[in-house]
Amino acid sequence: MVLMASSRREVGAKSFPLVIYVVVPLLALGLQSLLSLHLSRFDLIDLPLLVTIYYGITQREPVSATLVGTVIGIAQDALTHHALGIFGISKAVIGYMAASLGVRVDTENHGTRLLLTFGFTLAQTAILWLLQRHMLGQQFAWHWFHEMVRAVANAVVAVILFAILDLTRRRDY
Amino acid sequence: MESFFSRYRNALVLITVLLAQVIGLAVQVRRPEPNAADGGGVRLIRSWVVGLVTPPERLLHSAGHGIRGLWMNYVDLIHVRQDNKNLKSELDRLRLEEDSIAEDARQGQRLQALLGFREKYVYKTVAAQVIGTSGTEQSRVLLIDKGSHEGIKPDMPVITPDGIVGKTRDVFRHTSQVLEISDGTSGAGVILEKTRIRGVLRGNSWGQPEIVNVSPDERIQRGEPVLTSGGDAIYPRGLAVGWVDRVSPDPDGTLVNVLVKPAANLSKLEEVLVITDTGVEMPEQAEQDLSEAQQAEQKASEVLAERLPSRVDPNAPPDQQDAAQDDSAEEGAARPVKPPQALHPDHYTPSDTPPATELVPGQKITDAQSSAVNGGENATGNGPEPQAKPGVGAPDNVPGKAPSTTPGNSQAKAPGTAAKPKPKPAGPPTKAAPKENQPPTPSETPPAPSGAPAAPSQTPQPQGRA
Repeated sequence: MVLMASSRREVGAKSFPLVIYVVVPLLALGLQSLLSLHLSRFDLIDLPLLVTIYYGITQREPVSATLVGTVIGIAQDALTHHALGIFGISKAVIGYMAASLGVRVDTENHGTRLLLTFGFTLAQTAILWLLQRHMLGQQFAWHWFHEMVRAVANAVVAVILFAILDLTRRRDY
Repeated sequence: MESFFSRYRNALVLITVLLAQVIGLAVQVRRPEPNAADGGGVRLIRSWVVGLVTPPERLLHSAGHGIRGLWMNYVDLIHVRQDNKNLKSELDRLRLEEDSIAEDARQGQRLQALLGFREKYVYKTVAAQVIGTSGTEQSRVLLIDKGSHEGIKPDMPVITPDGIVGKTRDVFRHTSQVLEISDGTSGAGVILEKTRIRGVLRGNSWGQPEIVNVSPDERIQRGEPVLTSGGDAIYPRGLAVGWVDRVSPDPDGTLVNVLVKPAANLSKLEEVLVITDTGVEMPEQAEQDLSEAQQAEQKASEVLAERLPSRVDPNAPPDQQDAAQDDSAEEGAARPVKPPQALHPDHYTPSDTPPATELVPGQKITDAQSSAVNGGENATGNGPEPQAKPGVGAPDNVPGKAPSTTPGNSQAKAPGTAAKPKPKPAGPPTKAAPKENQPPTPSETPPAPSGAPAAPSQTPQPQGRA
């Protein structure tokens, strides 16, 4: 199985300098906010989600990935007019899933990253739909084509972004 | 027990985190109003995040603005002179248009005052730069670089010169959130300009504003302007919202939703205006603009009057010149229609017959009488002249005294206007009439009863000839 982790190097957790843990999420939030203003379709991309996935699949530690996802999600909530916790819950679940899967699959492979991000993007939309539509009773429309396009776009951007973020990590064996 | 926690540590942490957030959500959405202000803790978190995210955005935005300004102010100055000229001419034209609308506006104000309706005018606005968005499709929120320090409060309308954008929501010290009209949780009272159908505007799932729950009406056409109705107590009445894009049936089937194309380009916003103050009186600046426009129109009218060819023909006979001048002087005054002057008067020509007082019932008019009348009139060369009735007013045939008006003129005066001549504009001098057959001046013409034309009283009725 190509996608499964088969060596010690592949399952080895990576750590990052502490400043990266702070700067990258903030940069993701800021760029998301700024670029959506100037590029009309940039709101298809979810940079905070990609950062959450990246931390999950590289850290492979579900607890920290859950906490990182929660913090990033709540920060993203704070920029919206929604109640705090909608993105927090969804990104906590995504972080947990990414870290859990990161132990089992080869996350160094671009194809794996592409597929994982595609799936996690759809999963996040499903969690948001569940929360907003059925728990909070808010308006949330699910359009399959739109969600597929969004998932593909995020997966493509993720491959590039993850390659850039790989440059900042410190490998621990 | 310890082994249970260590074994399911990850899952327990996840469940704990999720449970805490769900409880937090429940506390936040428990408030009766969904758009009510956040609680203290939530507001603090929002303030922290906005405080962390917006400074770099502000920096990047100002850097981009500076580079763009450098280009616009120093490099891209081609055709500026021509543009300036075009804009000035357009400004003149708009001033004239504004003045023509001013009277309608004043009339509208008077009617509103009669109805007890108090329209709100925009008094004060604060210009703000858009420095960011929420970054998600689920929340159509903008971040602007003005906050409570600049006098902004929640629920203030945010507009552009093209149309409304939304309203302020969370206001921080130097930053504010603006909820766009395309968001699903926003609401604005709107009215269709032509059909006067009212409704509530909010965003649909695709981020397009729509007027929801409207009764089906065939009169709603694509392109009809949509304005704010003022019924929501947030947006002043009459601001542009957009145009009708199309009408789509409501999921229930009984009502329709009117999709609106917003007038403001919501996807490319850079600068907006926050309306911080409204009032019931017209702002001083607007009054000043109005008076300037009126003065400009007055000047334009004078210039136009000088440039237009005069209606007075200097080569025309004096009586016609005077008539033309009098027409221009008394424009708008009601006057009876003058009969055309006959070249060869006969018995049926008006004023060709002697006064009724000289006629005898059953007696034919003799040629002598007729020629006497005709001869007298033809001698003046000024056409038919009404004869003064005995006992009512005699012609003032004072030798050497020129008539103040021409004969034709005096005949054409409307009842009531004959005794009160209007001032005439300066024109070519009129020739003095011959000393004989001086026509009566308007002041000497007997005043006709109100509503009765002057001419019939000076001409005999047909039965007098029988």
